Amino acid sequence: MTITVQIPTALRRLTAGTEKLTCSPANLGELLSELDQRFPDLKPHLRDASGQVRHFLNIYVNEEDIRFLGGDGYAFQEGDEVLLVPSIAGGAA
Amino acid sequence: MRYELRCRECNKSWGNQARSICDDCFSPLEVFYDYDSIRSSFTREKIAHGPPSMWRYSELLPLPPHYQPAVPAGFTPLLKAPRLARDLGTKHLYLKNDAVCLPTLSFKDRVVAVALAQARAFGFDTVACSSTGNLANSVAAQAARNGFKAWIFIPADLEPAKILGTQVFGAKLVRISGSYDQVNRLCSQIADERNWGFVNVNLRPYYAEGSKTVGFEIAEQLGWRLPDNVVVPMAGGSLITKIKKAFEELQELGLVEPKQVKFFGAQATGCSPISTAVKAGNLEIDPQKPATIARSLAIGNPADGHYAIRAINKSGGWAEDVSDPEVVRGIQDLAETEGIFTETAGGVTVGCARKLYRQGRIQSDETTVLCITGNGLKTTDALTGQYEAEAPIAAKLADFNKYLESVLDAPVKSAIPETVEA
Repeated sequence: MTITVQIPTALRRLTAGTEKLTCSPANLGELLSELDQRFPDLKPHLRDASGQVRHFLNIYVNEEDIRFLGGDGYAFQEGDEVLLVPSIAGGAA
Repeated sequence: MRYELRCRECNKSWGNQARSICDDCFSPLEVFYDYDSIRSSFTREKIAHGPPSMWRYSELLPLPPHYQPAVPAGFTPLLKAPRLARDLGTKHLYLKNDAVCLPTLSFKDRVVAVALAQARAFGFDTVACSSTGNLANSVAAQAARNGFKAWIFIPADLEPAKILGTQVFGAKLVRISGSYDQVNRLCSQIADERNWGFVNVNLRPYYAEGSKTVGFEIAEQLGWRLPDNVVVPMAGGSLITKIKKAFEELQELGLVEPKQVKFFGAQATGCSPISTAVKAGNLEIDPQKPATIARSLAIGNPADGHYAIRAINKSGGWAEDVSDPEVVRGIQDLAETEGIFTETAGGVTVGCARKLYRQGRIQSDETTVLCITGNGLKTTDALTGQYEAEAPIAAKLADFNKYLESVLDAPVKSAIPETVEA
């Protein structure tokens, strides 16, 4: 079971320029651990101190927000395309 | 420069460039100003001599030096609303009427005007946006006016008037099968590959500042004082945070007396991630799949949701949401009582205000401003079936008198039906 992960430009500085990778995690937790391991610089940007996915990071599977697919509980399927997209907020509060 | 981009979270300075995210911590960027350099030139007297548009507040907008605006956006009427006030059980109600904002009849004209000023400064020849409609109209029109090429991305099922009102300006309109959230995600990917000025992606920090002018105008038009409450419709959640920023800047610069203004957010129940979070006491939103006629507010994963929740909580306000029938009734209430035809978002605002008065969260003796952000002529389909087509009568006085008798005999429709309590 192999999935593809797309890395957006904003994050490539932390992945030594890697734009795309394939891996075989069972779920989101495993995927993030895999990314942590491959790209140590990326690690603090994916999850906060308590292990939660950062608020400003959206994760999509085949164009669908992973939170609609069950989030942490979603089991990756063969050929899934995962997209990491930093959210674009304005700020001020 | 009297302003620059800084990270909201780690405070790193990014100067001025087409960028919305901090590369260090991936948090959103915000425009910060050197208020000390602005203080002496941003006075009530100077503003009073400025143009009758949002450009009277240029000192507190991120504009390139010597910028010459091409559209007279903003400075829309702030109207006292005595008949709607009576209906809601108050005496001190105002409407900020951006249904007549120029050039395309929504508050989005303000944000686009600022974004395009920077798009030119950064050297873009093409501007773009993802939009639920009003932004599409505004980018298309102002791109034409400023000589940019425009690419507009919208959910395929948008109201026909908003589609036509984009195409007429010669913009490239791309309809996407899916919700706004999918359109927005796609635009993030496109912005990653193309050197385009996406007003709500890479130009977003500048763009969002345009919304502050709603707040500046409310304060000036109230005679340089702040209201007790503001009710603001929420889609991405940016407008409510920027009106709050505007009030804070006016206090910082001494133009108004300090005051804690309560901010109330309004959503349609069919797409209510922010109001749901506020009511549940959550500080983050859970994304939703939108299902509402208020398509201009149909953003299920609002980019500024987190900040909107914080702004509402910190102000002591609240958030509410209303059903689609209540949205329609809100449109009709505003039209029948005050002669203003607003789009569905305005119906949401009026409907939520009614709930907030009933709940006692807004008190009848307080001064409250409702933000009407768009024009009803763009969403007439929301009223389909509300009005019967009258059979024509002959052009004869006798026929008219007969018709009048039949109409006067008909039972009078109740103007305000009961609404469901929260």
